[in-house]
Amino acid sequence: MDFSPLWLSLRVALLATLITFCLGLLAARLVAGMRRAKGLVDGLFTLPLVLPPTVVGFFLLVIFGKNGFIGQMLAQIGAPVVFTWQGAVIASMVVSFPLMYRTARGAFEQMDQNLLAAGRTLGMSEWRLFYKVMLPNSIPSIMAGTVLAFARALGEFGATIMLAGNIPGKTQTVSVAIYTAVQAGNWDLAYEWMGIIVSISFVTIVLMNAWGRYGTRYRRETEKEWH
Amino acid sequence: MALTVDIEKKLNGFRLKSAFEAGDETLAILGASGCGKSLTLKCIAGVEKPDRGYIELDGRVLFDSKRDIDLPARKRGVGYLFQDYALVPNMTVEENIGCGISRDRDKEAEIREKIDAFYLEGLEKKYPSQLSGGQKQRVAIARMLASRPNMIMLDEPFSALDSFLKWQLEQEILSLQERFRGSILFVSHNRDEVYRLCDRVVVMEDGATQEVLGKREMFADPKTLSATLLSGCKNISAAKKTGEHSLFAKDWNTSLETTARVPDDLAYVGFRAHFFEVAEKAGANTVECEVTRVVEDMFSIIVMARAAGSLETNARAYLRWELGKEQWARLNEPKKLLLRMPAHQLILMK
Repeated sequence: MDFSPLWLSLRVALLATLITFCLGLLAARLVAGMRRAKGLVDGLFTLPLVLPPTVVGFFLLVIFGKNGFIGQMLAQIGAPVVFTWQGAVIASMVVSFPLMYRTARGAFEQMDQNLLAAGRTLGMSEWRLFYKVMLPNSIPSIMAGTVLAFARALGEFGATIMLAGNIPGKTQTVSVAIYTAVQAGNWDLAYEWMGIIVSISFVTIVLMNAWGRYGTRYRRETEKEWH
Repeated sequence: MALTVDIEKKLNGFRLKSAFEAGDETLAILGASGCGKSLTLKCIAGVEKPDRGYIELDGRVLFDSKRDIDLPARKRGVGYLFQDYALVPNMTVEENIGCGISRDRDKEAEIREKIDAFYLEGLEKKYPSQLSGGQKQRVAIARMLASRPNMIMLDEPFSALDSFLKWQLEQEILSLQERFRGSILFVSHNRDEVYRLCDRVVVMEDGATQEVLGKREMFADPKTLSATLLSGCKNISAAKKTGEHSLFAKDWNTSLETTARVPDDLAYVGFRAHFFEVAEKAGANTVECEVTRVVEDMFSIIVMARAAGSLETNARAYLRWELGKEQWARLNEPKKLLLRMPAHQLILMK
């Protein structure tokens, strides 16, 4: 069995989740603190969640394709995106971004405003407030957002096949490989991939939950003390 | 060294109009809940932005809508003690105290110093949720002072506490007053706290501040209806001027004589529940009334009595008299009372 789709899927999903994690948190902080144009920016950031993945893929193809502005620039510096594994990363990233962004934004907006106000009166800068107060107090939500984003990135199909295509050994991820196997009538292969994907997803969630509990241990210690 | 505030702000149909000055003293802002006390503090701290106005602290302009000055909260040097203390839950006691210490200062030494000064030894590595209410408040005060504020604001620091703990924490605030030189604003709806902790009081009603008064003056002669109610006066009647030193109390259906000159625009008269005297025979300022209810309190008796000829359905017609249990026992459970309101103890309100 050729495991290249698995390694590719993991590489693509991990890289996409990493980028989405950072961008999603920054975007969430930005929008949570906005007063004007909040609805517009929020709509723009959430769009990839509600659009059909093929439409997202098509947009990306237009932007990164030969005639697109960014596509031309990237082609000139010798880093094309279309039909490459980097393209799969971009597709997964765009599609999983709203999940990270929205869960983090919800957590930031529900933060105790007095906590932030207190930090400001103490002379803390906005940036320090963000990573010392907002982030640590949103760990459970950020965990949930990361798991969702990773799961979405790992299972990405529509936008990926539009932008990166289905080139075995080069851009064929597990999702695409399952589709190809079923199309070719190779059900055994499809079952094998399915088993692998289910195992990975399950282990991911268990690990994330464990990490989430560790990250919020200050809450648990309280419970121990009181009960 | 002084604070000058003169601000206006509209917020969801609420109108804030706050204007007062404070020197190096503890000034109380006394008002019912929702009257705009906390919003005033937030505007001074720079957490909320007034629509227009002017805020100056120790000669430094913090906010001036005319000159477009709006210093960010972190540069204002205003210490704010929140009602719920707002300790960062994911930080230990020492990390919380360290929040307000900038990098160019010797952080560890200063945290150490605050831990010692506020009796927090042994709690350095504890999280806020593992602390008692009193410990939390000490951490919050230590953290606030570590940021070296030019003034301090205390937002109802005892509101959600039981009376025993409250007394302990009040002692903390008294020692805070001893060690801090600068303006302290103390927000409260509790007249007793205000009387014990402050020298001067500004009453706030419906988002607007009234005149700043000395606390003795404010409690002796509150001048406005809201101030009288906040000062704890239980008996209030609508009133009308009938002469230079006389008035008619409508709700009590009684004419009264006063020591002070009655203002032309008199609207209310008030009388404190502890000041009634039992009269032998009808005379000046005596009210004949019928006892409607007697309530036994822990150390006193509260008698509700309705003035003769007043309306039964009018809540203000019922006088509240508070007296010692022995004094009440000597009276032999009377059905009718003849109460005197001494002329010099009447509170006149415009």
